[in-house]
Amino acid sequence: MKPVTRIQSRTAVLADENIDTDRIIPARFLTTTTREGLGKVCFNDWRYLADGGDNPAFPLNALEARGCEILVAGHNFGCGSSREHAPWALLDYGIHAVLCSEIADIFRNNALKNGLLAIVVGAEEHRWLLDHPGVELVIDVRGQTIARPGADPIRFELEPFARHCLLEGVDQLGFLQQHGDAIAAYEQRMEKAA
Amino acid sequence: MNAPRTLFDKIWDSHVVATETADTPAVLYIDLQLVHEVTSPQAFDMLREHGLKLRRPDRTLATLDHSTPTLPASADGERPYATPAAKAQVAQLEANCREFGVELHGWDSVERGIVHVIGPELGATQPGMTIVCGDSHTSTHGAFGALAFGIGTTEVGHVLATQCLLQRKPKTLAIHVDGKLPPGVGAKDLILHVIGKIGVNGGTGHVIEYRGAAIEALSMEARMTVCNMSIEAGARAGLIAPDETTFAWLKGRPRVPHGAAWDKAVAGWRGLKTDDGARYDREVRIDAREVKPTVTYGTHPGMAIAMDAPVPAAHDAIEQRALDYMQAAAGKPMQGTPVDVVFVGSCTNGRLPDLREAAHVLRGRRVAEGVRMLVVPGSEAVRRDAEAEGLHDVFRAAGAEWRMPGCSMCIAMNGDMAQPGQLVVSTSNRNFEGRQGKGARTVLASPATAAASAVAGVIADPRAYLAEEQAA
Repeated sequence: MKPVTRIQSRTAVLADENIDTDRIIPARFLTTTTREGLGKVCFNDWRYLADGGDNPAFPLNALEARGCEILVAGHNFGCGSSREHAPWALLDYGIHAVLCSEIADIFRNNALKNGLLAIVVGAEEHRWLLDHPGVELVIDVRGQTIARPGADPIRFELEPFARHCLLEGVDQLGFLQQHGDAIAAYEQRMEKAA
Repeated sequence: MNAPRTLFDKIWDSHVVATETADTPAVLYIDLQLVHEVTSPQAFDMLREHGLKLRRPDRTLATLDHSTPTLPASADGERPYATPAAKAQVAQLEANCREFGVELHGWDSVERGIVHVIGPELGATQPGMTIVCGDSHTSTHGAFGALAFGIGTTEVGHVLATQCLLQRKPKTLAIHVDGKLPPGVGAKDLILHVIGKIGVNGGTGHVIEYRGAAIEALSMEARMTVCNMSIEAGARAGLIAPDETTFAWLKGRPRVPHGAAWDKAVAGWRGLKTDDGARYDREVRIDAREVKPTVTYGTHPGMAIAMDAPVPAAHDAIEQRALDYMQAAAGKPMQGTPVDVVFVGSCTNGRLPDLREAAHVLRGRRVAEGVRMLVVPGSEAVRRDAEAEGLHDVFRAAGAEWRMPGCSMCIAMNGDMAQPGQLVVSTSNRNFEGRQGKGARTVLASPATAAASAVAGVIADPRAYLAEEQAA
């Protein structure tokens, strides 16, 4: 994973609450055996019309939303399945951060492991972000702040180990492997007890 | 004396390899990883990229369920896959299991089925275990008093390589269900009622323990239905303390201990319950007597109400959009809404008692003109048992399709799907927009409600059919 320290971008807003993983990427696209190329089907059934053309009612199709790397989403983003295809699709689509007042557990875990900043902000700040689409933000992972124009920076919580992995570009597998001896000792203890 | 602990605490504590610190999560040992074709290919790739072996093939069990057709192979042995990609994905899992030495319940296995149906059937799921799968409905196995939760593909790779996961300890939520469920009201109605009360995110960050008289009275299959949908409230996992019902259900299954080892295991499992005085982070009380046949009316499982209750008015534009999508009218009950498709199956309601429940309503009746009904057993074992009882004849005689096991129309990635605009009464777990096909409208319900709705051609109360039978 490449280090993720800072993201500067305008925001795009999807105000719907409870945007589930089926909306982020419908299940029929999960027959892939790789991680790549899922951006083109991200939000597929919301983003395209029946004839394959862009749906003008999908907010991220708007000209001013193009190229935005920060998505502000309605409450409880990413609920539903455990499919890691959801963060893979968002990243490939060009979204590098999701800001929301609540993010579903499994999605959040998956996102952070792939360098997609899934960040929970307070209800008031969330309201402000929803009300200011297109605003330019600077997300500072080390300082755990989001700078915004004309208002105080937003502070956010980030699980310390996830933060460390993001900043250093560390793969969590390496950390687990360092516990090889402890894992073997645990297994021996359990087998003896059985 | 040790401080009283919850059931969750006991399982968690006994699986900690390295303790959580301020800077690092706990290293948690995983007793069993279940694998299916959709969320595993990239994880096996990760092993190859890092030159790693599968640490514990004996703690890894695979099956084919999501991308698999539910129609039989043609005479030349060709299976009717929805797409070449689906076929390639299945072939990929077969190849990965051969390469890494994983036991696969594939096409040639008489035990193949939905991953959350076969784990318990084989006795691979046991009390006190930690169980993961790249699938959010892994919470199902919590019915046995196992800590079981869904993970992403990166984490699937972590477990393949190390048999461990990095985890922060979640919070606990006790849901006490007092009283007794009324006649004709089952586990599916109960869990929809619960999610309707606590909300689609009511369990986020928590492991739920379901307890109380109504839970203790449930069969294992019914407990699986309840725990299965824990994730639909956003919970990490759902748990029910194992008891005599659990032990009786598991005894003699292929992967459980036998003889003296069984007695020893059961003795240990009896300690898997929350101690008196143990504290949960949150507690909720539900009165089972208030539960009625329950259905969803919106586009997430938290939008659930008794089928005869008026659909609540939308509080905002987002809820209104959900009602518009469903073509549901505020103030009107869901009961009586015309139905196009009925689906009975899935890891929520694809087990033998679920099929019996549906067959009970359908026996001697016909699926209404213009309604398509699919019945998909959760596993080959369920299929065998159902056919031995003649349930398939009941379904076919009623005009329903009797299919091969798989996830089928629950996730609609194998070609079994509804058309845009069609209303599906479904015994599955998610009513998200487009879940059962682009533009399809899903109403979640129990097997009895699904069957009654198939007969009536509109969303119908199964109690009318059951009562009619008793009177006859």
